[in-house]
Amino acid sequence: MTSIGALVSIALAFGWLSLFAVGGAAAAIPEIHRIAVDLNHWMTDTQFADAFAIAQLSPGPNVLIVSLVGYQVAGIAGALVATLAMCVPTAALAYTVSRLLTRAGDSPWPALVQAALVPLSIGLMAASGLVLAFAADGSIAAVVLTLAAAVLAAATSLNPVWLLVAGGILGLLGWI
Amino acid sequence: MREGLKFAPMPSDSPAAGLPLEPPTPALPGRFALFVAFAKMSLAGFGGVLVFARRAIVDKHRWMTADEFNETFALCHFLPGPNIVNLSVVFGAQIRGLTGSIAAFLGLLAPPFLIVTTLAVLYAHFGDVPALRRVLNGVSCAAVGLLLAVTWRMMLPLLKRRDPIALVMLVVVFAAVGVLRWPLPQVLLATIPLSIGVTWLARRRRAT
Repeated sequence: MTSIGALVSIALAFGWLSLFAVGGAAAAIPEIHRIAVDLNHWMTDTQFADAFAIAQLSPGPNVLIVSLVGYQVAGIAGALVATLAMCVPTAALAYTVSRLLTRAGDSPWPALVQAALVPLSIGLMAASGLVLAFAADGSIAAVVLTLAAAVLAAATSLNPVWLLVAGGILGLLGWI
Repeated sequence: MREGLKFAPMPSDSPAAGLPLEPPTPALPGRFALFVAFAKMSLAGFGGVLVFARRAIVDKHRWMTADEFNETFALCHFLPGPNIVNLSVVFGAQIRGLTGSIAAFLGLLAPPFLIVTTLAVLYAHFGDVPALRRVLNGVSCAAVGLLLAVTWRMMLPLLKRRDPIALVMLVVVFAAVGVLRWPLPQVLLATIPLSIGVTWLARRRRAT
């Protein structure tokens, strides 16, 4: 693939996907995985799990996982194109809608549509968890660490960064 | 500043819970201040920027009341795309129009993009070093755990309400996308109209 061809396919894939990213970046992960790993073989399962980990470790919006996918395909230009394709079309849509909606009146439809979308986006996030667990958890110890992190994060108000750091230390010690 | 948006309050994942505050001071930020404010909240935001955005916009700068912020976020959550990116654009537009939008968008994305791209370069060079491989394996397992915890917290209100329609739709989408690995666009094109339809019917039946 030429580099221009690669950039065009990144732009098309993520631009199209962004329009279906209901519930944000975390809910779009199964489709990002399908595009990057299953369909185009841009990266392996392990590289995808690594990209998710790096995106979680870095500050900023979680959507930046697509920058890492784009970099893997076509370097810095790929990272830039993937990020813009994922963010600009929907940002333009949000800008337009917010301008139009300032006088929406008392229509019950927005609240109804929102109530209908919430379970869909939670189902997608659960699907993200499953897809990533298959990509990241290659051993019993890995599954145990994932579940322990999930329980600790759900039951306590511990800063998530500490759980990531603890996971990294356990990994370095060779326990995972 | 804005009127007419009728969005319901968000489920427990949104930073809705907060103390009532006095109205925001009328001194609204310029474009450069918007860029800096969004860059700061973005760089503070490990594992999600939303909490920091709320803290900066509502508590620190008082550019919006808590209610205005919740309404704006509900709109951004309801539209496709990364919620926080949508929020930056909508907020920037409300304050300074199109250029305000662009300033907030770039503030939110440019600094963390530079960081994540630097990490991508390092990963490309050192990703195969055994010690780093082990660290990344551990971090990615923990990161998946965090995602599962967030999902669980969002699911709790639906479980508490015993809302059968919402739970069935949730399981259908999970099975189609997570287990069967069907393409997201097709799944959503089928399930969004279905979910809106059954939610509408259920509400109408409850009303009569």
